[in-house]
Amino acid sequence: MSDVRTEPADETERWQPSGDRDHHRRAGELTAWEFLRWAWRQLTSMRTALVLLLLLALGAIPGSVIPQSGVDALKTQNWQAAHPHLTPIYDRLGLFSVYHSPWFAAIYLMLMVSLVGCIVPRLFVYWRGYRKQPPAAPRNLTRLPDHATYTTDEEPGVVLHRAARRLSRGHRVATSEGTATSFEGVDEGWVSAERGQLREAGNLLFHLSVLIVLVGFGVGSLFGYKGGVILVVGSGFSNTLTQYDDFDPGSLFNADKMEPFCFTVKPPFDIDWIESGPRQGMARGFVAHLAYRTSCQGHPSSWSPEQTYDLKVNHPLTIGGTQIFLIGHGYAPVITVRDGQGHKLYDGPTVFLPESSNFESFGVVKAPGRKAGQDIGLEGLFYPTFALVNGDPINVMGKDENPALSLLAYVGDLGYNSGVPQSIYAMDKAHMRQLKKPNGKMFRLDLQPGETVRLPDGAGSVTFHGVRHWTRLQISRTPDVWVTLLGVVLALVGLLGSLFIRSRRVWVRAHRRDGRTLVEVAGLDRSGGGDLAPVLSSVVDSLQVGTTETPKEPA
Amino acid sequence: MTNTDWEHLSNQAIAAAGIVYFLALMAHLVEWSALRTVPLTTTARTAVPAGAGAGAPPAAGDEPSPPALDGPTESTRFRIDMFGRLALMLTVIACAAHLVGLIGRGMAADPNRVPWGNMYEFTITGSFVVAAGYLLLRKRYSLAWMGPIVTAIEIVLLMVAVLWLYDPIAPLTEALLSYWLVIHVMSAIIATGAFTLGGITSALYLIKARSEKRGGSDHGYIARLPALTTLDRVSYRIHAFAFPVWTFAVLISGPIWAHQAWSSYWNWDPKEVCAFITWVVYAAYLHARATAGWRGRNAAILALVGVATLWFNFIGINYFSTTSQHSYASGASAVSLRER
Repeated sequence: MSDVRTEPADETERWQPSGDRDHHRRAGELTAWEFLRWAWRQLTSMRTALVLLLLLALGAIPGSVIPQSGVDALKTQNWQAAHPHLTPIYDRLGLFSVYHSPWFAAIYLMLMVSLVGCIVPRLFVYWRGYRKQPPAAPRNLTRLPDHATYTTDEEPGVVLHRAARRLSRGHRVATSEGTATSFEGVDEGWVSAERGQLREAGNLLFHLSVLIVLVGFGVGSLFGYKGGVILVVGSGFSNTLTQYDDFDPGSLFNADKMEPFCFTVKPPFDIDWIESGPRQGMARGFVAHLAYRTSCQGHPSSWSPEQTYDLKVNHPLTIGGTQIFLIGHGYAPVITVRDGQGHKLYDGPTVFLPESSNFESFGVVKAPGRKAGQDIGLEGLFYPTFALVNGDPINVMGKDENPALSLLAYVGDLGYNSGVPQSIYAMDKAHMRQLKKPNGKMFRLDLQPGETVRLPDGAGSVTFHGVRHWTRLQISRTPDVWVTLLGVVLALVGLLGSLFIRSRRVWVRAHRRDGRTLVEVAGLDRSGGGDLAPVLSSVVDSLQVGTTETPKEPA
Repeated sequence: MTNTDWEHLSNQAIAAAGIVYFLALMAHLVEWSALRTVPLTTTARTAVPAGAGAGAPPAAGDEPSPPALDGPTESTRFRIDMFGRLALMLTVIACAAHLVGLIGRGMAADPNRVPWGNMYEFTITGSFVVAAGYLLLRKRYSLAWMGPIVTAIEIVLLMVAVLWLYDPIAPLTEALLSYWLVIHVMSAIIATGAFTLGGITSALYLIKARSEKRGGSDHGYIARLPALTTLDRVSYRIHAFAFPVWTFAVLISGPIWAHQAWSSYWNWDPKEVCAFITWVVYAAYLHARATAGWRGRNAAILALVGVATLWFNFIGINYFSTTSQHSYASGASAVSLRER
């Protein structure tokens, strides 16, 4: 069908007396209706479904290779910075958010339509065919690829009766005599048997369940949300949009529907450090002790009573339909920054992000000055267990046995007045000047808890008070997650049925020839992986019970 | 036994398994090189039941019977028979040692655990499933012809595991401490082993189809493979077993665990995406089998694409993708942070 033309769009041309219409058409020309039907047939054909499936797999590949902004925004930004030429092209193609891109949606929507178009008619066919008799035996059984014949002196009726009895086990049977299994005095007849009708049911169930999964997945991602927050141990959280560090809502998410819970991360944050072995110094178990209330609306007296929960990895806390997960943890050194006049510019725990599994962490302190151009910025590393080896600072392990800070100091304009939102984990040093020692050598603050160091040029001082833990919590709500789960489970059940229920037809024909009886047995495997030969020989064997005079001769 | 003893036992058992697989491969090679001198017609029912065309029952399940007397010499017959049995025995021994290696690995950890904590352990378990699957299905599907290939693959996988992937025994990271580890990883590994067996069958299908197209010869390994229809059917049956297991691993137990550990059941994590791609390719394979014109050759190609994505996912993703939360290849930190 390479030469397909649609009906001319011109109204006058299409307006023809009904009987006259065909004269006007050239060969291969289709009416709009016919074209639509043709397109629909093409779309819902098995081959198209197959190609669409492969396209879906192909389309998903970029998403597993190129960093996705929805999965890891930081990685994506780094990648984009490293590939300035590719980025605009990739961006236009939607390769940074493949699974939300129009072309990916186009593929799976087409697949869904194809699926519906394929499944719905088959549902009706199955429904109608379910109660029907098995079809009559084909006239010439020896034309089928799987067949066997033998001759015997028994009456055809006797053989057919035995065949009907034998095949009625596990099969639905029809015979040339209707549903009767007596073939008194019959010279020619057939038995038709069919089994494994549930295979198609399993197949249909599987495909329908895929639709359920897609709907469940869609509902979950449209109405749900996922957010993350880093909380220093000891601080609290209430479930409103403004409290989240990052928030990824579905398109139809409604912030008013957020559950009004609140909680506090109570000290201490428990960590089980591995004291020996190859993973020595790594953290094993962490427990964040939460004190939570399911409702914190209105006056504190109307809040619900406080409950506690020990939050661990793999053991989320569920409040209503929302779940809270412990995703990570790290250290937050408590730092105070004062300017040259002794005014407090910055005070509090500062989240440092771990850079390796031993919790050597990087962080930034940004202290806006009292006057423009007098902002103080600190940037550097936190060592939970600090040691000097040959004059170089190294981190021994993740446990905070000997915490130390090692920072570089900057003075200048942090750019807070420019109005551009800033990351609290990075410093824009474009307008910052690194502080040096009076002799021009590099200046580095090395601090242990309780220590204070004066900055050069009388710029101020920095105090390191101690260390606290922070926890990273992920809070998410996925409505109707059970629909999806039910869908996949049903899909698996259907799949098992469609793969392992053997579906086949077996026919036996017997007729007189030259005074003897010629018996033909044939089968048709409808499950794609069946091996009919043993089935046929077993049927032949059971038909030949007690009549060993003529050996069977498989074709 | 102390943990260190167990660890030594495990390492030695894996090494021993590798060596015995190698000996088994040698025995197979002797067997097949002896068979090479024997035309197919005289040994149609020896080591490999050549399978029958459509219609007649294939000699499925037949034990190797002595070849016809008129063809090969007595000593050749003896060599074929003897080395065939020897190879099978060695494979069984190697597989047993392999199992001891796995158990030792689990017993060496403190606390004891399933040996699925890192890439080394996944690889030795996956290759064990391939070997065990071959031995279990050998009789049922007459897989004797698969012997040389399976043993060769075992050697390669064990070498890769020991040389490149080896990790000292360590406690599981926090995120892996869940009974879903057993359910999810076990199903994934079983499916991986079975898909690999299916992939071998499909590859041989393609090779045999090509050789038949060129006229073929009645000597050698290719000629002794089962008939194309039999290869196709065996391949389908293995895949039909593996696909639901993979579905369970990737689309049921995986999401449930992800929901518990990472807060959302589907994260578009590279490993998830790649597993999904594998799933789609194998779904396409099963579809292809049901679609006229896609049987046989095209289906076999799809199966090979599936195996490629599967093993890329298994090993490749851990090294090429840095964003995967499944990256156990290095001691991954449990923290992934986004910029505000």
